[in-house]
Amino acid sequence: MGNLVIDDLSMRFDLPNDGSVQALKNVSLELAKGELLAVLGPSGCGKTTLLNIVAGFLAPTDGKVTLNGKTVTGPGPERGMVFQQGALFEWMNVRRNISFGPDMAGRPSSETGPVVENLLRTVGLQDFGDKMIYELSGGMQQRVALARCLANDPDVILMDEPLGALDALTREKMQGLVLKLWKETGKTIILITHSVEEALLLGERLLVMAPRPGRIHKEYRLPFAEMGVGRDLRSVKKEREFAERREEILGMIWDMEEEIMGRQEEPA
Amino acid sequence: MIVLLLYVAIFALAFVAYRFWERKRHHLHDFASLKTVTFGDESAVSPNRFASVVSIIALFAIWGAFTGSAITPLHVPGPFVGDSSFAYTARNAAGETDEATVYMRVYRVGEDVPLPELPADQAGFAMDDALKIGAWRSVLARPNENDTGGEEDGYSVIAIDGQPIAPGDTLRFADGEITMTSKGSLSIKPDKGWQMEPIWLPAPEAVVARLGEIASEGYKNVSLWEHLGYSLGRVIGGFVIGSILGIPLGYAMGLSNWFRGWFDPIVEFMRPVPPLALIPLIIIWFGIGEEGKIILLFLAALWIMTIAARAGVSGVRISKVHAAYSLGASKWQILWHVIVPNSLPEIFTGARVAMGVCWGTVVAAELVAADRGLGMMIVNASKFQLTDIVILGIILIGIIGYGIDILIRMAEKWLVPWKGRG
Repeated sequence: MGNLVIDDLSMRFDLPNDGSVQALKNVSLELAKGELLAVLGPSGCGKTTLLNIVAGFLAPTDGKVTLNGKTVTGPGPERGMVFQQGALFEWMNVRRNISFGPDMAGRPSSETGPVVENLLRTVGLQDFGDKMIYELSGGMQQRVALARCLANDPDVILMDEPLGALDALTREKMQGLVLKLWKETGKTIILITHSVEEALLLGERLLVMAPRPGRIHKEYRLPFAEMGVGRDLRSVKKEREFAERREEILGMIWDMEEEIMGRQEEPA
Repeated sequence: MIVLLLYVAIFALAFVAYRFWERKRHHLHDFASLKTVTFGDESAVSPNRFASVVSIIALFAIWGAFTGSAITPLHVPGPFVGDSSFAYTARNAAGETDEATVYMRVYRVGEDVPLPELPADQAGFAMDDALKIGAWRSVLARPNENDTGGEEDGYSVIAIDGQPIAPGDTLRFADGEITMTSKGSLSIKPDKGWQMEPIWLPAPEAVVARLGEIASEGYKNVSLWEHLGYSLGRVIGGFVIGSILGIPLGYAMGLSNWFRGWFDPIVEFMRPVPPLALIPLIIIWFGIGEEGKIILLFLAALWIMTIAARAGVSGVRISKVHAAYSLGASKWQILWHVIVPNSLPEIFTGARVAMGVCWGTVVAAELVAADRGLGMMIVNASKFQLTDIVILGIILIGIIGYGIDILIRMAEKWLVPWKGRG
C-alpha cells in the first residue's frame, strides 16, 4: 500500500536581520495511492514550499515526509515534477525530452521507444515527436512536460501550477487531459493552483491553506473530479453544488487576503 | 575636414535619391513595410542593403578621388606638375635694380626629367635660374647665387613678379607660394592641390597591386600566407587553450562556493587588465618567440571564457535543474545534459568577444616583436614608408576579423538553434 505521509511539517527561514519567516507550521497530511489533491491558497501561504519539501528540493526544519515508508531526503525519480513553464530542455526534441528520465537511468532505447510513442499518443502529440520544443505552443509544451514526467513512471506526481501560464481555452482542454491521465494511470497527484475553479474541477481532495504562518485552513472531499472524467468540464461547472463551493472558497480566500492587507496597513 | 563634409554630403544625397527612387517603385506589402510607426520600433529597422553598397562605393570613391586613382573618374585637384616661372627683382650693392626669371620644372617623384632650358641672352647683372622640384615638395633657392655681384653685402632680392618682398614674407606666384627666409633665400612651394601624396595614402589600385606582389613573392622572404597563417595560428592556439581551461573553470565557479570564492578575486582582478599591458611582462618572461605570444593570447581568452561559462551556469533556470533531478539524473548527468547545453549561447557570445580581443592582441603583440605575422608586416613596412603595405595589412586584418566573427555566428546558429526562443 503506497502512500505519502506528511508528518507535522514546519518550515522556518532565518532572515539576515535576525528575524525569521514561518513558511509552514505543523502541516500534516496523508495521501493514499491514486488520490488527487489540489492545494489552494493566497500567495505566501506556503503551498509551493510544501511542494518543494515533498519533492525533496528543501529540507524542513521540523517534521518529515515519507513515501511508501521511506523518508524523503532529496529529489528522486519516484516523485515526478511538472512545472509551470520553461522546465523543458530546448536542446532536445520532443521525443528525447520525454525519454530523458529512462535515458538517464540507462534503459535501452528498445525498451523506452514504445513507451515514448505511447505517451505521445496519450497526450495527443503523435505527430510532434521530432519537433523541437521552441516550435511548440505553450499548451503543447505542457503536454510534453506531462508525458516526460509519466515516462519515468513515478509514484507521485507533483504539479506546481502546471496550467498557470496558459490561456483560458487551452487551460480547459489541459484540465481534461490531467483528469484523463489521472484516471488512466492511477497516479497520486498533488496539484498546486491559483485558480479556485481548477482546484474544484481537478481536486478529489482540496486543501485550502492560510498564510502567516502557512497552515492548513480547511480540507474538502469533492465529487467533481470523478464527475468530470470523460465529460465536458463546462457541464460540471454548471452544477449548482459546484457554484456554491466556488463561492464559499472564493469568499474564504478573499477574507484571508483582506486580513493580510489590513495587517499591512496598520502602523508598525 | 573637407573629406568629412564631402562624406556627409554623399550620405545625404544618396539618402534623398534613394527615397525619391523608392517612392516611384512598386511596393511589397510585407509585414514590416505596412507598419506606420517605424521610428522607435526596433523590429521595423533592418539594414538597408542599398545603403551598405553605396557606403562602400562612397568610401572607395573618396579614397580614389583624393589619391588620383584610375578607378574613379572624378578627382580633386592634384599637385601642380609642369613648367612654371616667376620673375624677381634684385638690387645690387650700388643701388641699381635688375630683373631676371627663375624657371622651374615640377615633376612626379621617381620620374627622370632634365632641368628647364634658359634663354640664351642674359642682360644686366641678374641672371636667370633653372630649378627642378618634385611634386608635393619644396625647394630652398638662392637666385642671387649666379648673379653678377650676387654674393656681395647689400645685394638682395626685393620683389617677386613686381610684388615687394622682405625676409619673413610669403607671396604667391602663378603656380605656388614663395617665402623669403630671414637670410634672404627663397623657399619655393609649388601648389600641392588636394590630393594625398602616395607615401601618405596610396591609391586603391596601388594597394591591390601590392597585394598581388606580396601574394606571389611574399614580404621579407616570408609568403603572405605564412604571415596570415602565423597570426591566425597564434590566435587559434591561444583561444583554444584559453577555452579548454576557462570553460571548465567557469563551470566550477558557477557550481561550487569554494571555486567561486577562490577564483573570484583573481578573475575580477585580471578581467580589467588589457592584454596589451601584459606584453612587456610576457616578453621579459618568455622572450619574443611563439611561446610568449600564445601565452599572451591564452591570457586574453581565458578570463573572457571563464566569465562566459560562469554566466552560462547562472543562466540556467532552476526549474530545469529541478526537473532533471526529479527525473532521476545524477550530478554529472545534469552537468552534461542540462548545464552545458543551456550555457552554450553564453559560451558563443564569449567566444565572439574572445576571438575579437585575441585578434586585436595578436596584431599588437606582433607590432612589438615578431619575425612574421600581419602586425609585423605592418610595422616593418611603416619603417620604410611603404604605406600601401600598411593599408593592405589593415584591410586584411579587418576582413579576417570580420570573417572569424561570421564563422562563429554561423556555428552558433547551427549548434544553438534555440537561442532566444527558450
